Amino acid sequence: MSHIRSHVMVCSGTGCSSTNSAAVLTAFEREIKKHKLQDEVKVVKTGCLGLCNQGPNVMIFPEGACYAHVTEENVTEIVEEHLIKGRIVSRLLLKEDAGPAATSLTETQFYRHQLRIALRNCGVINPESIDEYLGVDGYTALERILTEKTDPQEIIDCIKKSGLRGRGGAGFSTGMKWQFTHDATSEDGVKYVCCNADEGDPGAFMDRSVLEGDPFSVIEAMTIAGYAVGASQGYIYVRAEYPIAVKRLELAIGQARKYGLLGKNILGTDFSFDLELRLGAGAFVCGEETALLISIEGKRGEPRPRPPFPASKGLLGKPTLLNNVETYANITWILNNGWEKFAAIGTEKSKGTKVFALGGKITNTGLVEIPMGTTLRTIIEDIGGGIPGGKKFKAAQTGGPSGGCIPAELIDTPIDYDSLTAIGSMMGSGGLIVMDEDNCMVDIAKFFLQFCVDESCGKCVPCRIGTKRLYDLLDKITKGQGTLEDLDTIEELCYHLKDSALCALGQSAPNPVLSTLRYFRDEYVAHVVEKRCPAGVCRDLLRFEIDPTKCKGCTLCARNCPVNAISGAIKAPHVIDHDKCIHCGLCQSNCRFDAITKA
Amino acid sequence: MPNCKTAIPYRGTPEQEERLRKVIEAHKGQPGATMPVLQAAQEIFGYLPEEVQIMIAEGLDIPLSEVYGVSTFYSLFSLNPKGKYQISVCLGTACYVKGSADVLAAVEQKLSIAPGGITVDGLFSLDACRCIGACGLAPVMMINDDVYGRLTPAQVGPIIDQYIKKG
Repeated sequence: MSHIRSHVMVCSGTGCSSTNSAAVLTAFEREIKKHKLQDEVKVVKTGCLGLCNQGPNVMIFPEGACYAHVTEENVTEIVEEHLIKGRIVSRLLLKEDAGPAATSLTETQFYRHQLRIALRNCGVINPESIDEYLGVDGYTALERILTEKTDPQEIIDCIKKSGLRGRGGAGFSTGMKWQFTHDATSEDGVKYVCCNADEGDPGAFMDRSVLEGDPFSVIEAMTIAGYAVGASQGYIYVRAEYPIAVKRLELAIGQARKYGLLGKNILGTDFSFDLELRLGAGAFVCGEETALLISIEGKRGEPRPRPPFPASKGLLGKPTLLNNVETYANITWILNNGWEKFAAIGTEKSKGTKVFALGGKITNTGLVEIPMGTTLRTIIEDIGGGIPGGKKFKAAQTGGPSGGCIPAELIDTPIDYDSLTAIGSMMGSGGLIVMDEDNCMVDIAKFFLQFCVDESCGKCVPCRIGTKRLYDLLDKITKGQGTLEDLDTIEELCYHLKDSALCALGQSAPNPVLSTLRYFRDEYVAHVVEKRCPAGVCRDLLRFEIDPTKCKGCTLCARNCPVNAISGAIKAPHVIDHDKCIHCGLCQSNCRFDAITKA
Repeated sequence: MPNCKTAIPYRGTPEQEERLRKVIEAHKGQPGATMPVLQAAQEIFGYLPEEVQIMIAEGLDIPLSEVYGVSTFYSLFSLNPKGKYQISVCLGTACYVKGSADVLAAVEQKLSIAPGGITVDGLFSLDACRCIGACGLAPVMMINDDVYGRLTPAQVGPIIDQYIKKG
C-alpha cells in the first residue's frame, strides 16, 4: 500500500469557489500528476476553513502551512518548492496585519481564540466522502446506540444535561424539544425529524458551511434524533440558493444509504430511518418553524399560531422534531465526548460554542466558532483583526433583521443568549456584521425594515401593515422630512408590533429600530432637527460643495453631472446649483483634485 | 410589480411539455408535491407562465389558485422570463454596509431597468438578491454563475460591456 506523505487541502466552500478554487484544485491535480507524485501526495477538496476573504485557501499537511489567495499560477511554484523540495513558500502564506506570516493556521490570531465543535470537520475532511467521515469517528455514536440498544430516554437526558440550546436563534433547550417530541403520541405512531437549513438571515452563512463541509454529521445526528424520539422519516429543508450544499447533501444521503446507515434496518438492527431533501424557494419567513413545516407540505409558507407546537402537531399533523443545522452538528460531539465536557464550555446558561459569520467593515471576514461568553472585543479586535482603513468601530449587528445593534461602548459584553437579549439584540442564527463610522444607523434600521416589509408573508395585519408604516416613517426621516413626534410614533408602533404579530418575524422586526433608537438616538435627532446625516449616507440630506481653492476648473465634474447642476468656466473654480443637485455623488467620484466635499 | 403576468407570449416546445409531464407523473399523489414540481418546471421553462401553471394544476389535480398562490409566494419562482444573462446584485447586510446599493444603482443606470426587469433585447435581467453567502467578498454581483466581488460602482459598466460584446 502506498504511503501518502502530504495532503493538499483545497477549500471549496462557496466563498473560495467564488474566487475560483475549482481551477486551483485542478491545477494541483495536474501538477502533481506531472511530477508523478500522485502516490505520495493527495489532493483533498474540503469544506470552509473560515477565512473567506483570503480565498482561495489551501492548506498543506503535515506542516499545516496555510496558503492564501492562491491562483492557478502559484500552484506550479507551491508544488515544485513545497511538495518536491520541502521548502514552504513563505511569500504566499496567509499573512495577518500584525506580525509575520503564520506557518500554521493554529498560530494565527484568527484561530487562536476559536474552539471548533460544530465546525470540527470543516476543512479537515472531504465532505463528499463518507469514508473520510468514518475516519474521524463518524457514525461511532449511532453504531454504539444501535448495538447497545441505548434507552432513548438516556440519549435525551444526555442532551438535556449538556445544556445545548437551539442554534437557530431563539435558544430553546434542545433536550426539552427532544423530550416533548418523544413524549407526544400520534394515532398511527408516525413522527418526523426535520432540519431547518433555511438560513435566510442576510449575512449569515454558518449552516451553509456546515452542510458544505460536514454534511454527514448532520445526517448522523438526525438519524440519532429519529431513534431518540421514535421517528422513521426525516426532512432537510434547505435553501435552493445554496447549490453546493444541496449537491453535497444529495451525495451524502446517497452514500449513507449505500453503506446501510440510512434506510431500512440500519446496521442490521430493526431501526429504520430515511431522509429526504426539500428545497426552499426564497422565503425568509420559512425559517419560522410552523411556516417551514407548511412549506414542506408544498403550500404557501405562512406561519400559524402556536400552540400546538410542532412537537405535538407538526408536519402533516404529526409530532415533529425540528432543529437547526448547527444544533445537529453539536449532537454527535456531545454523545461521543460526554455532556460534562460540553457543559464545561461557555457561560452559566449558554453552553458550548457558537459559530458566527463575521462580515461588514472588518479585516478578517469569514466564519468563526467561539466559546459562549467570549467578548465582542475579542471577536472584533483579535479574531477579526479590527476595522480596516483606520476607521472607528461604531456598532455590531447580530441576529439579522430580528436582532439589534450593539454600540461601541458595549464592546466588552460577553456573547451569550441572555446577555445579548438584555442589551436589546439577540443571538439569532449567527450573523455578525461590523459597522464603522461611515454607516448611518437610521439607514441600517431602514434597510432591515425594508427586508421585513418584503418578507412579511401578509397573513397577520400587524406585520403586513405595521412594518410598512414603520418603514414609511423611517424613510421620511432619512429624507429630512421627519418630526420629533415621528420618533415617538415609531417607538409606540414598535411595541404594538412586538405584542401583536403572529410569528417571530413580525415580533422581532422592530428590534433593529428599537436598538438603534436606544443607542443612537442622537443620529435620529440629527436627521430630524438638523436635517443632517452625520455618517453622510442618506442621499437627500447630503450637500456637495466645491472647494474653490482646490478646484482647477478641469470641467470633469460639470461634464459628468447628469442634471447639469455644475457650472463654471474652464480653469476657474466651479459651483454647484443646490436646487438642481440630485446628490448622486458622481462629481465627487470623478474629481481628481479631491475638491468636492460631502457635508 | 415585477412578478405580475408577463406580456411575452408563451413559447414552450412539445419537448419541454413532455419533460414536465414526466415530472408531474413522478410526483403525483405524494404529499407536498407542488414545490418540487414547480421547481422542476422553472428549470425546464426558465419561468412559470400561465400555461405551465395550468398544466401543473391539471396534472397534480389541485386548484390553479393554489399553484398560483404558491408560485407567487416564493421569490425564486418567476412569472416572467429571465434574460440570457441574469444579473443579481446582493443586498444582504454584509454587502449593503459595504455599498452594494450603489452597485445596484450603477447596474440600473447602465441597463435602464429596475430589479425584476428585463432589457428589451432579452439579453439582461436584473434582480436584487439577499445574500449569496460570499460575504467575504462583499459587495458581490453575480452574472449567471460568475461571481464578481469587491465591486465599486465604476467597475460595473466595463463588466457589463464584456457581456454585451459576447451578445
